[in-house]
Amino acid sequence: MPVESLFARLEPLLARVNKPIQYVGGELNSQIKDWDDAEVRWALMYPDAYEVGLPNQGVQILYEILNERDGVLAERTYAVWPDMEKLMREHGVPQFTVDAHRPVAAFDLLGVSFATELGYTNLLNALDLAGIPLEAADRTDEHPIVIAGGHAAFNPEPIADFLDAAVLGDGEEIVLAITEVVREWKAEGRPGGRDELLMRLASSGGVYVPKFYDVTYLPDGRIQRVAPNRPGVPWRVAKHTVMDLDSWPYPKKPLVPLAETVHERYSVEIFRGCTRGCRFCQAGMITRPVRERSITTIGEMVEGGLKESGFTEVGLLSLSSADHSEIADIAKGLADRYEGTNTSLSLPSTRVDAFNVTLANEFSRNGRRSGLTFAPEGGSERMRRVINKMVSEEDLIRTVTTAYASGWRQVKLYFMCGLPTETDEDVLAIADMARRVIQAGREATGRRDIRCTVSIGGFVPKPHTPFQWAAQCDPRTVDRRLRALRDELRRDKEYGRAIGLRYHEGEPSIIEGLLSRGDRRVGKVIRAVWEDGGRFDGWSEHFSYERWVACAEKALADEPVDIDWYTTRERDEVEVLPWDHLDAGLDREWLWQDWQDALAEVGVEDCRWTPCYDCGVCPTMGTEIQIGPTGKKLLPLSVV
Amino acid sequence: MPDGPAPAPVIQRLRVRYAKRGRLRFTSQRDVSRAVERAVRRAGIPVAFSAGFTPHPKISYTGAAPTGVASEAEYLELGLTDTRDPARVRADLDAALPPGLDVLDVVPAPAGTSLADRLQASEWRVRLDGVDPGVADRAVAAFMAAERVEVERLTKKGRRRFDARAAVFACELDRRAPEAADAPSAILRMVVRHVTPAVRPDDVLAGLRQVADLAPPSPPLVTRLAQGPLDEATGELADPLDPDREAVPPPGGDAGTAHGAAQERPAGTESADVVTTRP
Repeated sequence: MPVESLFARLEPLLARVNKPIQYVGGELNSQIKDWDDAEVRWALMYPDAYEVGLPNQGVQILYEILNERDGVLAERTYAVWPDMEKLMREHGVPQFTVDAHRPVAAFDLLGVSFATELGYTNLLNALDLAGIPLEAADRTDEHPIVIAGGHAAFNPEPIADFLDAAVLGDGEEIVLAITEVVREWKAEGRPGGRDELLMRLASSGGVYVPKFYDVTYLPDGRIQRVAPNRPGVPWRVAKHTVMDLDSWPYPKKPLVPLAETVHERYSVEIFRGCTRGCRFCQAGMITRPVRERSITTIGEMVEGGLKESGFTEVGLLSLSSADHSEIADIAKGLADRYEGTNTSLSLPSTRVDAFNVTLANEFSRNGRRSGLTFAPEGGSERMRRVINKMVSEEDLIRTVTTAYASGWRQVKLYFMCGLPTETDEDVLAIADMARRVIQAGREATGRRDIRCTVSIGGFVPKPHTPFQWAAQCDPRTVDRRLRALRDELRRDKEYGRAIGLRYHEGEPSIIEGLLSRGDRRVGKVIRAVWEDGGRFDGWSEHFSYERWVACAEKALADEPVDIDWYTTRERDEVEVLPWDHLDAGLDREWLWQDWQDALAEVGVEDCRWTPCYDCGVCPTMGTEIQIGPTGKKLLPLSVV
Repeated sequence: MPDGPAPAPVIQRLRVRYAKRGRLRFTSQRDVSRAVERAVRRAGIPVAFSAGFTPHPKISYTGAAPTGVASEAEYLELGLTDTRDPARVRADLDAALPPGLDVLDVVPAPAGTSLADRLQASEWRVRLDGVDPGVADRAVAAFMAAERVEVERLTKKGRRRFDARAAVFACELDRRAPEAADAPSAILRMVVRHVTPAVRPDDVLAGLRQVADLAPPSPPLVTRLAQGPLDEATGELADPLDPDREAVPPPGGDAGTAHGAAQERPAGTESADVVTTRP
């Protein structure tokens, strides 16, 4: 059955919306494959605005991998802004892909990548605009299989009712495995309909199908049990780990948008996973073990990616980029290779370490040395022991002294507020640290125009981390501590003007906490918020705390639980957590022990350089640490 | 100032005519300029950079068509650090730009000349779907008969009132346009002088609404067909790149320039209404 392009119906609406280019597609390296030639068709969604979603690495990688396969077609769709949504509803234009403007409901699968829980209302809006029933139970054989991935999918329970399936971990291999299952099932004439397809996916052990699991609750609201409700469905669903990054060098042909987006650069993941062991960091826990991409592949990807895109900036991505075993050679090699070509290199996510200043100097050889960012995360030494961020104040001062002495004028320091066991003094210690930083900068340079910006985020406990049992700090306490810190910074005229403070109110973090550690009952809240007009919860101008609170009160009125129960309540060791049946490889006992160690302010080393401490991931998942050095160097390009 | 050698000087200036077609008409000027910067890099065209901490490529634009308006006659200038064959630049840049941003013509720019001075007026084609041609014709007649037609536009500085009539040199119904069987459609062609404040086709349409209550039911499809010096006797716009072609007599005839417009231009130049969605 031919599927028509919706563009002719969309076009008259484009003249009436803001930034119409975001709905038009036509990005360099995007592709449109023949509908009828494809046996399996994926719509890939990043549930945020195009300007945020387009650069997303996960979606770009899957898009390219799928479209490289014969008989497989993948197109992209993003959340539409309210002005466009209104016109689409008025004119009956459904959710569309930006590639060929095909209706999302016509695809076999809708894959949604959740980097954050704040995209949940946008999922509901897209399903509704697409004409796909919101609840998976109401879908028929005609509707796409709605499948979630991304870090938030490690606890998909709050959106379980809206999903047909969820996938944990690296997507490269499993997306093709799912495609094969769908292809076979379609080729056989769709035996058993939607349920059999989901059963085939679930029985593999690598795809979580929520409706095949029943959740029962205790009278006090805690979960009693999560159990499969039919034979052939595994008790636990495991995450996926790609074990050779060099054999998956994507994106090779990055999408280059016409519209302006949040990241305008070619990004290469230089390794996956992190074993630094920061206890607040969900990404570090769920992406273990560390797997490096080799310096040779990185060099080839940068060369190819720049040629294919015309970008002028390269980002070397990872959770802690300076930890790559050959980062010095990579930095110098790339800086040499692209010297004089107006190509800039960036290294996000670096630790507090003087070595990183050397790297940053290498990356900015001919450019302006404007700002460097470091993340001590906790203001006091004690706090940093709790979160296992092993940075001493002396390390930090040494690092910033090197930075200011090398010509950097501004240092940004990133912290969290509301961490477990935190006291007012821990937060006020940030002010002392910032003053010492300015003092060190003035001494190192003899100048007064040294600046330091303190940026503070609210801590949200996340599933699959040692802090998954912790009580989230209530927003009033967070706000009070932040105000006290602001007053403390302002009090001192000698330093006050040199120190900037950026922070957010504590309330949005509570909603993020609700969605992060929620169970299936939270789905009713999400739906109520969407029905009340909630969209784009990651955007402060669209997010409404009051709406979330009001909807939660109504939706949970008949339940023994409320927002506080999900967020500011500490859990004990035996409580069944909503995500216990989802396996990130981390040994539950190890996580609990690490939580106890946090309370005792005991640190843990990085297993890359010290013996294994049995977090459980490698033996459970059959994986191992993959690090260099390879001893290879980057070769200069023959033609630049 | 940053360390290192001064940026390479401009050796050659090229003037480029390009089109904005189909769905790419929804690009803003900022979108176009990012796309061009990336395209020159991919195409390996040696564009010069400004000095300073954040060097910018030497690419300048003149009088860009508004977002949502298609165009067959947009212009930019490139400063190169080396001499390149304009024909080659035309082909390479066109290949590196996304389909819909199409390079039509490239000529070397003689020193001391200004392209902006030659872009005195624009010819626009405006398709009004759902509007009866007879009704449109009467509205145009009423507009052209008026001496002044004050219209309002919302600008960044708030509401602004100005005359939309004086800048319009000519405006008429295109009677050659084929009548669609199912729905009426009127096509206007207008020649509008470049004045300050600028008078755009939508200002003329606001004028038509004011003098004759002409209210198209759907957004107009607007295409800029040409820009250039206006011959007041004939109402024709000359090709603004012709003086450059004459100024640099290329060795061996026409090889020094790359006048590809005639081949590149789609039949009827209906670029606004042709949806160039690939199959």
